[in-house]
This record gives sequence, C-alpha cells and structure tokens, in this order.
Amino acid sequence: MSTVVYTADDGTTTTIEGRPGDSVMETAVRNGVPGIVGECGGSLSCATCHVFVAPETVDLVGGPGDLEDEMLDGTAVERRENSRLSCQIKLQDGCEYHVTTPSEQL
Amino acid sequence: METTLIVGACQAGVQLAATLRDLGDSGAIVMVGEEAHRPYQRPPLSKGWLKGELEPDDVILRTRQWFDDRDIELIAGDRVVTIHRDDTGAGVAHTLGGRRIPFTRLALTTGASVRRLTLPGTDYRGVHYLRDADDAIALGPALAEPSAQRVVVIGGGFIGLEAAAAARQLGKDVTLVEGTGRLIGRVVAEPTSAFYLAAHRRRGTEIVLGARLERILGVDASAAGRRGSVTGVELDDGRIIPADLVVIGIGVLPRVELAVQLGLEVDGGIVVDASCLASDGRTVAAGDCAVMPNPYPAGLGGRVRIESVNNALEQAKVAAATLLGEDATYSTVPWFWSDQADLKLQIAGLSAGYDAVVVRGDPDTERFTVLYYRDDRLIAADCVNQPAEFLAIKQALAKGQTIPPEAAADTSVRLKQSFVDAPVAVAS
Ligand SMILES: Cc1cc2nc3c(=O)[nH]c(=O)nc-3n(C[C@H](O)[C@H](O)[C@H](O)COP(=O)(O)OP(=O)(O)OC[C@H]3O[C@@H](n4cnc5c(N)ncnc54)[C@H](O)[C@@H]3O)c2cc1C
Ligand code: FES
Repeated sequence: MSTVVYTADDGTTTTIEGRPGDSVMETAVRNGVPGIVGECGGSLSCATCHVFVAPETVDLVGGPGDLEDEMLDGTAVERRENSRLSCQIKLQDGCEYHVTTPSEQL
Repeated sequence: METTLIVGACQAGVQLAATLRDLGDSGAIVMVGEEAHRPYQRPPLSKGWLKGELEPDDVILRTRQWFDDRDIELIAGDRVVTIHRDDTGAGVAHTLGGRRIPFTRLALTTGASVRRLTLPGTDYRGVHYLRDADDAIALGPALAEPSAQRVVVIGGGFIGLEAAAAARQLGKDVTLVEGTGRLIGRVVAEPTSAFYLAAHRRRGTEIVLGARLERILGVDASAAGRRGSVTGVELDDGRIIPADLVVIGIGVLPRVELAVQLGLEVDGGIVVDASCLASDGRTVAAGDCAVMPNPYPAGLGGRVRIESVNNALEQAKVAAATLLGEDATYSTVPWFWSDQADLKLQIAGLSAGYDAVVVRGDPDTERFTVLYYRDDRLIAADCVNQPAEFLAIKQALAKGQTIPPEAAADTSVRLKQSFVDAPVAVAS
C-alpha cells in the first residue's frame, strides 16, 4: 500500500491508505477528502485537482508534464513552484506522500 | 426524521447524497441504482477502458467506506418501479426486487438510456452499444479479439468518435458511418466538425457522411438458439461495409418513466426550474434526465438537457440544497470534455443560439480554439489541445467577460489579455 497525507488550507490533515497505481486525486475523491474535486476523473481536462507538493514528496513525484504545466496556469488558486495536478501523480507501492490542498478549486 | 430517496446511483445521485451530508443533513439517505455495480464514472468507458487500460476498480466514484462513513444506504442492482405519494409529499417506493422504501423527500437522478437502432440485424452477435458498465464489459474483450479486425461505428457523435479512435489505436480497420453531413453536428459549429473529420481520417479511420443505413448483416446461427454473427452493414444505396464488430452510438433518451408516473411535467426530460425543482414543487431532478432553463448567458430562454459530468454534478449540488430548503440556483458555466486519440476537446459554455464564430489558430496544427458569439458577445468555445485557453475562457465566461471578435483571432496576443467586461444587455 501507499499513504497520502492531505493537509487542507485550514491546517487539518487527513491520512488515507491508497492503492498503488491510483492517483493522489482518485485516492482523495473516492474517500471524500475535502479540497480536491477531480471533476474530469483524471483525464487532465478540469484543473480541479490542484495540490501543492510538500518538500519531502517533491523528489518522489517530480515536475509536471507539458499539458499539465499549461493547465496549472489556469488553476483557481495561483500556481506555485511546487504545484501539480494530483490526478497525474500515481502512487508507488510503499511510499508516503504529503500534499497541501488550495483554498479553492475551479 | 426525514428520509431522502435518491433514484439512480451514478454521477448525479452520488453527488446529491454527498452534498446533502456536506450541508449538514442528518436524515436517512437511501440511494437505489439499477445497475449491479458500485457507482462508477462513464467517461472512461469509451476511452481508456476500450484500450484495455482500466479495470472496474479504476472507475468507481467512491469507496464502500465512504458510503458507510456518511451513513448513506446504497441499494445496487434493483430498480424503482412505482412511487406513491400523499399530499405531504411523503410516500413509498417499490422496487422490482420487492423492496418497499418509505421516504419524505424524493430526488430523481435516473439518467438516460441508450437510443436503440430500429433496423433489422441489431441482435447479431458482435453488435454493441456503449452506455453502461455492462456494455463496456462486453465490448472491451470483443474489441481485443484478433478476429475482430474490421470495426464499423454507427454514429458520429462523441461516443462514436471516441470508440472509433480507441479501435484505431488498437490497430483495427475502422469505418464510421454518420447519417448527417458532418460530425458532432448537434453540438459544435462547422470548423470543429471539419477538423474532426480531417483529424480522424489522418489517423486512418474511414468516415462516411450522409450514410443511410438499410440493415445490419450477419450469418445465421448454426446451432439452434444461438445468435448469428455480424458480417457488415448495408447502406440504402446498396453499399456493403464488412464488419466483424459493430458499435452503435446514436444518442440517448432521458429516463422519465417515474416522472411520468408521478404526473410531473416532462418535455424532452424531466422539466425542472433553475433550482432543480420539478413541476410539483417538491421533487428534485438532476443530471442527464433533467431539462432546465438555459442557464447561460442569462436571457437566452429555452430549455436544455445537457449530457455531461459537470452538469450532473452542478445540478445535483443545487438539487440537494433545494431539498434542504435553501435558496439555490444553477449558475455555473457548463463545460464538457472529450478525448479522442491524442485530441483533447474541451468545450466551455453553451453555443446554442450563436450567430458568429471566430477560429483562433490553425486547425491543421491540431491546436486551435473556436469561439462562439451572439450579438458580439462570447457565449462558448471549443478548445482543441488548448487547455490553457479553455481554462481562461471558462473563467472569463463565469465573470461575465467577453473578447471582442476582432481581437480573438489574433494569436500574437495571449487570450488571457484580451478579455473585457461584457456589455450589459440593454433592456428593451
Ligand atoms: C461512454 C460514455 C462516455 C462519456 N464521456 C463523457 C465525457 O468525456 N465528458 C463528459 O462530460 N461526459 C461524458 N459522458 C456523459 C456523462 O457520463 C453523463 O452525463 C453522466 O454520467 C450523467 O450522470 P447521471 O447521474 O445524470 O446519469 P447516469 O449516469 O445515466 O446514471 C443514472 C443511473 O440511474 C439508474 N436508474 C435509472 N432509473 C432507475 C430506477 N427506476 N431505479 C433505479 N435506478 C435507476 C441507471 O441505471 C443509471 O445507473 C459520457 C457518457 C458515456 C455513456
Ligand atoms: S482531475 Fe481533472 S485535471 Fe485532474
């Protein structure tokens, strides 16, 4: 399994055991973690799954692809250096992920 | 205690239940879904699923735990067949499986069912529709068979084009037949239709426009009781297109049986107002089954039924609030996406009633945007492989902004910089 720790804008954290191969977005939406909408189901069409990747997770997930990078320019909360669309972050087995969710999605 | 019955357990039904809880409803919630599957997403069924990239667990909407944690009772694999109500609005629903479900509030999220082709031959083995998980579970492996080399797709709407693209990506010989003169004609303007025609042909799909189908051809069954297999389709000019597999995607019809039985107004769907309230003033309906006054931009009039995930989710949120007595109205910009091979289409707004279009960028580069105008005001856009422009336009529309048509075509200026506040309509 993998673990994802979601920190909401107000500081509350939710920890979810995720299935390897699922995305950080899917893991959040299926379990009702607030702060991630995931309207398009992960098809890179909606930009409602924006997260800020915590420093300890940055190396694990790397940077966005080209299309994702373009979409990050249009998120509801302005992108930062550590922004990713969480539907594009697939969980690897045995890893722990930390992300912060923005105050608003589209 | 209140008991909310939600009939239909898909995008709209699940969102409606979620929003009820988010808004603090502590009453009982019972959701009944006819399909024997956990509530799931349909969009992947005509995309990743057909390419064999997904399994059932990849498309579910919520975990079992999610339903338990929120105390939402999910009855899957049973259909509500009759509903009786008293003057207070409370009532009892009966299911095919013999359940009796009392409720005090009622929500219909019954969706739509596939439109069937009324021609001879549709019952041959190898003829498929694509609306639900069972369809996809049957079609996926059939398409993966090496013997299914020649695929005919009937219908040039989104489902047909997505299925055709997936079949091509699997290396099949694909012919798509469309009855009208252009692709996705119900939704997009000519420049977008023309682009998709060229783009699919470039990717090796044969496309026949204006094709009148006569029948589906097959070989008769050898053993008694077994269905014969499809061998092709015949057009009314006598032309025969051979096929090992046929996929029919000719649209859907809203499921209004229960609404009719309840005496609700039905006109191309369950008629609701901007609060998702049906004509009896207490039942709510949301998603593919509902028709609503055109929400955007204000004042166009007319009603629309929108088949999209976004619409199902937004209407469900409004419907949930309405059930709780809150003052909610649908006010978001509708949007839609379709993935066909490596082509991402994102549509923002509703183009109904447009009087001009502007093409921004060169369609031959497979990256361009078509902007729709009415009275010089931007009302919608089709964005092909232009996600940044899509997001910018969607947000501009939400803020009531527009882009002067003469500025929209100029790709040397970033679209984001061209938005201006839309002129306020002058009352006549
Ligand atoms: C293959 C496919 C691909 C799609 N791709 C996209 C896409 O890329 N982008 C996009 O925005 N949209 C897409 N859509 C459309 C989108 O999936 C629908 O708009 C959305 O699912 C509508 O949700 P809904 O809950 O209103 O209805 P539905 O999804 O139709 O769900 C209604 C449910 O109610 C059940 N039901 C009906 N009557 C009863 C009853 N009496 N008792 C119990 N249960 C009942 C039905 O069995 C069904 O499960 C696609 C649809 C399909 C089929
Ligand atoms: S879920 Fe839509 S872009 Fe990530």
